[in-house]
Amino acid sequence: MITVEGVSHRLGERRALDRVTVSFAEHRVGVIGANGSGKSTFARLLNGLIVPDSGRVTVDGLSTARDGREIRRKVGFVFTDPDAQIVMPTVAEDVAFGLRRSGLPRAEIARRVTEVLARFGLAGFGDRPAHLLSGGEKQLLALCSVLVTEPATVVCDEPTTLLDLRNARLIGQLLVGLPQRLVLVTHDLVMLADFDRVLVFDDGRLVADGVPAVAAAHYRELMR
Amino acid sequence: MTTVGLYHPGTSVLHRLPAGAKLAGLAAGITVLLLLEDLRWLGAAATAIVVLHAVARVPARLAIAQVRPLLWFVIFLLAVQLLLTDWQGALSVVLTLVLSVALAGLVTLTTRVSAMLDVVESLLGPLRRVGVRPDRVGLVLALTVRGVPVIAGIAGTVRDAHRARGATLRPWALLVPVLVRVLRHADALGDALAARGADDDADVAAPPRS
Repeated sequence: MITVEGVSHRLGERRALDRVTVSFAEHRVGVIGANGSGKSTFARLLNGLIVPDSGRVTVDGLSTARDGREIRRKVGFVFTDPDAQIVMPTVAEDVAFGLRRSGLPRAEIARRVTEVLARFGLAGFGDRPAHLLSGGEKQLLALCSVLVTEPATVVCDEPTTLLDLRNARLIGQLLVGLPQRLVLVTHDLVMLADFDRVLVFDDGRLVADGVPAVAAAHYRELMR
Repeated sequence: MTTVGLYHPGTSVLHRLPAGAKLAGLAAGITVLLLLEDLRWLGAAATAIVVLHAVARVPARLAIAQVRPLLWFVIFLLAVQLLLTDWQGALSVVLTLVLSVALAGLVTLTTRVSAMLDVVESLLGPLRRVGVRPDRVGLVLALTVRGVPVIAGIAGTVRDAHRARGATLRPWALLVPVLVRVLRHADALGDALAARGADDDADVAAPPRS
């Protein structure tokens, strides 16, 4: 269960979130809203990247303010721009980065890296320089790097925004098929069609919360 | 796209050598190069380095790419040295520099960054007692290697944007937008590192076990 209680947060002078309260335990939850509506700030709360100015966020009973380390192990985060989250020069090294301090033997790390790369269509890419991958491949790599640590929840902040239609569809399908709990921030309403629940943000406030059709209708109304 | 500082996969003897041995060999090799002044010996060293590249099956374009960024500096250095000493002495200084970089490039091309990080972290391990964080030093080194193509890419994008708008290319005009983008990238990278728990491992021990 993820619980957000009375959360307000400012980014500089701007009010990014205003008294947001919501809790969810569904498998797939979408988050939509206009640019600057607070949805990315909301997503960052869930991994402890942002600790709110006021209010409280808990993930499976752990507080993001108090239990940051455990939270980041439980909640993986995929950013919009994969280039900004690739840390190591080659594909396999980047996927292994999150496991370097895990205490696992080298052979087990290599096995997990190979397995996750194969699962997401990057078998044979291990020694390739990460910066020479295509945009879609980079986002797959970012996803592999998060999933190799086996988080219980994956939060994605507009992971398909910078991708072409084919890669966006591919990443979308992979995300929807994940066994992990998924919180997806997106502008792609089609991708959310089969989600369990969709939250709509506007001007830092949670203004709608429901099944995809209802939430999408509310969002379209806001965008008029 | 830059190819400086990139691992070139392979199965050669050099690829299979432990990273620690290669780094020790690099230190020894550069020391020897610094001691050589005679151009004949430097020629022999150059031949040895070419042979090592061949043994590692590193394509010539990759080997050249490692030293190409030195071109303008080498020209400048040669000019200065010619003012200070005879042509043999000037050539000796320049060759020592180029061969040292070529040797370092060969180590980079045949060694995964993660393997080098393990060595650096092991070597710095004893310094934990005086507050040095070997994992942080390793991370900084990794980010430096990763940063080369990123910054080259950012500079390319900004240059293209200037060209597309018909602006005259002046290096100083590119500086500010490149710097702004690099800082924004650094900010995003910081978030990504935090999200991946890089900041959570402060008190966790060593690199992976073999």
